[in-house]
Amino acid sequence: MIEFLLVQTLNGLSFGALLFLLASGLSLIYGVMKIVNIAHGSYFMLGAYIGLSVILRTKSFVLGAFAGGLAVGAVGLVMERGFLRKFPLRALPQMMITLGFALVFRDLALLIWGGDPYTLPCPEFLKGSTQIYKIIFPIYRLFVIGVATVVAVSLWLFNDKTLIGAKLRAAVDDHEMAGGVGLNVPLISGCMFGLGAFLAAFGGVIGGPIFGVYPGLDFELLSLAFVVVIVGGRGSLKGSAVGSILVGLVDNFGKALVPELSYFTLFAPMAIIVAVKPKGLFGRD
Amino acid sequence: MKDLLASKTRTIALSLAFLVLVLMPPFYSSYWITLLTQMLIYGILAMSLDILIGYTGLSSFGHAGFFGASAYVVAILSTRYKMGFVSCLVGGIGVATAISMIFGLLVAHATGVYFLIITLALGMVLWGLAFRWVTMTGGDNGISGIPRPDLGLPLSLKDPLTYYYMILVFFLVCLILMAIYVRSPFGHSLKGIRESESRMRVLGYHTWLHKYLSYVSAAAFGSVAGVLWAYFDGFISPYNMDLTASIEIILMVILGGPGTLVGPALGAGIIVFLKNFISAYTQRWLLILGTIYILTILYAPQGLVNLIRDWLKGGEKKTELKGIV
Repeated sequence: MIEFLLVQTLNGLSFGALLFLLASGLSLIYGVMKIVNIAHGSYFMLGAYIGLSVILRTKSFVLGAFAGGLAVGAVGLVMERGFLRKFPLRALPQMMITLGFALVFRDLALLIWGGDPYTLPCPEFLKGSTQIYKIIFPIYRLFVIGVATVVAVSLWLFNDKTLIGAKLRAAVDDHEMAGGVGLNVPLISGCMFGLGAFLAAFGGVIGGPIFGVYPGLDFELLSLAFVVVIVGGRGSLKGSAVGSILVGLVDNFGKALVPELSYFTLFAPMAIIVAVKPKGLFGRD
Repeated sequence: MKDLLASKTRTIALSLAFLVLVLMPPFYSSYWITLLTQMLIYGILAMSLDILIGYTGLSSFGHAGFFGASAYVVAILSTRYKMGFVSCLVGGIGVATAISMIFGLLVAHATGVYFLIITLALGMVLWGLAFRWVTMTGGDNGISGIPRPDLGLPLSLKDPLTYYYMILVFFLVCLILMAIYVRSPFGHSLKGIRESESRMRVLGYHTWLHKYLSYVSAAAFGSVAGVLWAYFDGFISPYNMDLTASIEIILMVILGGPGTLVGPALGAGIIVFLKNFISAYTQRWLLILGTIYILTILYAPQGLVNLIRDWLKGGEKKTELKGIV
């Protein structure tokens, strides 16, 4: 029983770690630009596909992870510069543009990589499993948790301790005032969008050896990332972290205990939080 | 000249619609009758979503969930319990409306983008239920073999033309009911909420309740389309209610013209036609849909019907859809 709990908790944490890579960008983009980016799940999926192609050619997982992240980060930057910029702070048109892109990305991915599911090859040095207190656990999942922790800590340091982070927080709190005191808010938003896309795609490659990549992954994860944002609160880094862990655990235990109703188990915590704290656990807005 | 044109357009459009939808169908090939049937069913669905998007200013991203929920209820009741048309109709609408009453409690306080995020997540919950609750819904395979209803009349609804006319009756009844609904004092209060919720609250309206009722009524009308679709297609699967399906309905509304009822029905016709037409030539339907989406937002964000209206008015007054797009 204890073993079951431990294994499922670790599984849930590793899933939560991936969700964090996805949801933190989504939440920050929302925080700064008030855009609900429907294409965010597509970044995750595209990252995984691009990473797969690069890994198969170069045999290097690290290269694949960064190639996927950077390529999709550039895509995000183009979307922001070329299209979303035309509708500053008009939430719905912006979101519908991202929607159009999500559909285009999904179909392009189907066109290029086909409909078969793939699993990304696990890097050689992370293969195998380790033993923690009588339970055997794959090293790779621990690695995923580690990567997300590093990303979370660096994001937090960046956000709380650097000058750019302070500017970013100013833009989140009040973009008009931030612009008024001379901050280049459009530039900050653009970089934020690119960073969010990079993180999502990076997460896609990192998650590839566990979850694989297949058509439909984009919207499946997008809805989970939305639940994270609803639970954690929009625009909050801390909220994304706590929300990801919570959703990762609930989703995982739901799948293990009541597989038929697994999606439905997410509904309960979300409903409770929406009812009790409509802005999410750490939402300010 | 343009004034004359504008006053005549309504009459011309109505008589054209009457001709195409009522008089001509017996002369169409069965391909076109089937296509028209699909258009009308999705027309009901798009109009129901317009209550939310166009009249209340709330963009729901989970509307296909109610369509799917009622269709699944029909599928389960008619294949497993061999229930008749009326009990399936009542059951389908009842279950979907009940779900919307629960969901409504969570979404009615939300506005704008937050409304959209929550409805999207809730829509995915319904999709997930259809996808994973295999013993009840058949999972990925869906449920097939839903028989056409037997109304006890000498007419057989297996005949595409007869079924088409039944759908037409449903479509017209829904259109008239919804038109009365949005023109009623309550409907005007919804428009008030779209324009400025805080002002409506100051005027003493219980805006939460109004938004709640708007959400539930949209789901109820949408579930009618779900029932009709289940009987029409004879098959229902999670793909009829996933995010892409919800998005398609929104595109129908936005493309046709939010806040007009007729517009979304027209948008539904265009999208259903394009989907069938393009699918015959290429697999790349989503790519084209996505492009249509981006182009609509860039060039015709007020929708076709409003675009035509503006043009007929001589372009001096553009329709501004505050609170929608």
